[in-house]
Amino acid sequence: MMSNAILSIQDLQVNYGGIEAVKGISFDVPEGEIVTLIGANGAGKSSTLRTIAGLVKPKSGTITYMGEDITGKDPTAIVTKGITLVPEGRRIFPDLTVKENLKLGAYTRKDDLSDDINWVFDLFPRLKEREWQAGGTLSGGEQQMLAVGRALMSRPKIMMMDEPSLGLAPLVVRGIFDIIKEVNKQGVTVLLIEQNANMALKTAHKGYVLETGRITMSGSGAKLLADESVKAAYLGT
Amino acid sequence: MEFFISQILSGISVGGQYALIAIGYTMVYGILRLINFAHGDVFMVAGLMMIYLSASMPLYISVPVVLILTVLLGFLIERAAYKPLRSAPRMSVMISAIGVSYLLQNVALYVTGGQPTTYPAIPFISKPVNIFGVPTQWVTIITPVMVIILVVLLTMLINHTKVGMAMRAVAKDFEASQLMGIKINSIISITFIIGSFLAAVGSILYFTKYPTVVPTSGAMPGLKAFVAAVFGGIGSIPGAVIGAFIIGVCETIIKGTAFTVFSDAFTFALLIVILVVKPTGLFGERATDKV
Ligand SMILES: Nc1ncnc2c1ncn2[C@@H]1O[C@H](COP(=O)(O)OP(=O)(O)OP(=O)(O)O)[C@@H](O)[C@H]1O
Ligand SMILES: [Mg+2]
Repeated sequence: MMSNAILSIQDLQVNYGGIEAVKGISFDVPEGEIVTLIGANGAGKSSTLRTIAGLVKPKSGTITYMGEDITGKDPTAIVTKGITLVPEGRRIFPDLTVKENLKLGAYTRKDDLSDDINWVFDLFPRLKEREWQAGGTLSGGEQQMLAVGRALMSRPKIMMMDEPSLGLAPLVVRGIFDIIKEVNKQGVTVLLIEQNANMALKTAHKGYVLETGRITMSGSGAKLLADESVKAAYLGT
Repeated sequence: MEFFISQILSGISVGGQYALIAIGYTMVYGILRLINFAHGDVFMVAGLMMIYLSASMPLYISVPVVLILTVLLGFLIERAAYKPLRSAPRMSVMISAIGVSYLLQNVALYVTGGQPTTYPAIPFISKPVNIFGVPTQWVTIITPVMVIILVVLLTMLINHTKVGMAMRAVAKDFEASQLMGIKINSIISITFIIGSFLAAVGSILYFTKYPTVVPTSGAMPGLKAFVAAVFGGIGSIPGAVIGAFIIGVCETIIKGTAFTVFSDAFTFALLIVILVVKPTGLFGERATDKV
């Protein structure tokens, strides 16, 4: 285990009934870095993040966060500790306004939120213009911004993101990745899942390849980008 | 003319009582997509508790105690009968609700021995009063006023507080709410607590006008309130309230004609017509189900 890992996963196994979704994976997320997990459909990427977030209880294995075993803790405890998940498909609250969505992101906090709301509005000026609009009426890209902004409202140490580029136009995707880098520069560790492996590996300091529930390869983003088998399987070149 | 005024007044009052029950149905449906069949029986139990408690303590104690016990009953029903089935198919939870409904009725039968019990006269609200020259009881006036006050308070809670925001979030998406750190079980409990509280208030107003309580006393008002909730668009609080007033007034008007025996059938006929014209009810949301 690396000593500077803020999050460390050991032999994580996740089952749904009889289906083995994650078959004993181990990986580290070093503090302050962007780490990406790439893999095909059904490889177990979402299951891994959902387990870390506390939505799913693992069958076995341990999740260590800043030296503390947080395996099997409930989602409220996990968010309060500083781990947040931007879920697959964004999952913003469609009937609530943009502002209310952001406030809900800070649900576990009791302090003043105005600085954080301004911080999110600085990152995403488009959200500020749409402060009073219902979340469901935003465009796909704006909804993704809202989902990221909402997650940031919890003042996370780690932000996990499940396929933020899903269904977005290339230009918007680039914007989202710029924000990921910006947020990371401001000190937030990022654990990113992507099918858009090219973009993810270019952005990440470190990457892992997940295949049918197992990690088959790891290394720096640049190393994986150059790897022939990764190219063949995930980059379509 | 006097007859007409008296009909309208009494219709509004009945509607108000249905409204207080209907809010419980519609809120629980909104958050769990569950028709809580036991809700009408909770209303009946509140009536029975009032009879037994007021026999041994003054009203200024028994009224708050009944409110508290009813809230506790609603909370316990959810924890014992619905929470363990959170990830079960919706049909299983429905059956659990039907089970609780019969359990409450059977317990009521056991406790009362099947004898109709007489509701205590609550001073002031059961006093006679003349309105536009029509003799009635104070409860007739107090009911709609009380309903409006409670609905305004409830709407403020839902639209302008953190808990209310969490309730709206949980009603849409359990998982995303959990990711925000919302404890969904607490929010669901709060929903049952509010619903049961309003049903308890409704039972005091209702049984003051129809002062015998039997184990099936909750069934008809419960069903009417449920119809009101569907009529207004289930899940919508303003819908349930408006639906309840419409049903209350229509029903009382029919009861004043030669067709009085058809008043219940009329209620359902009205529901069917509305649902044919507008399948989601007056204020129902589009058929976007919970993800
Ligand atoms: N709630 C569930 N119940 C049963 N099986 C599930 C559930 N969620 C996921 N699975 C199964 O677990 C496996 C891994 O799914 P997961 O969603 O983690 O994959 P993924 O890598 O995120 O895929 P994608 O790229 O398509 O999002 C799949 O075979 C899936 O069918
Ligand atoms: Mg996935």
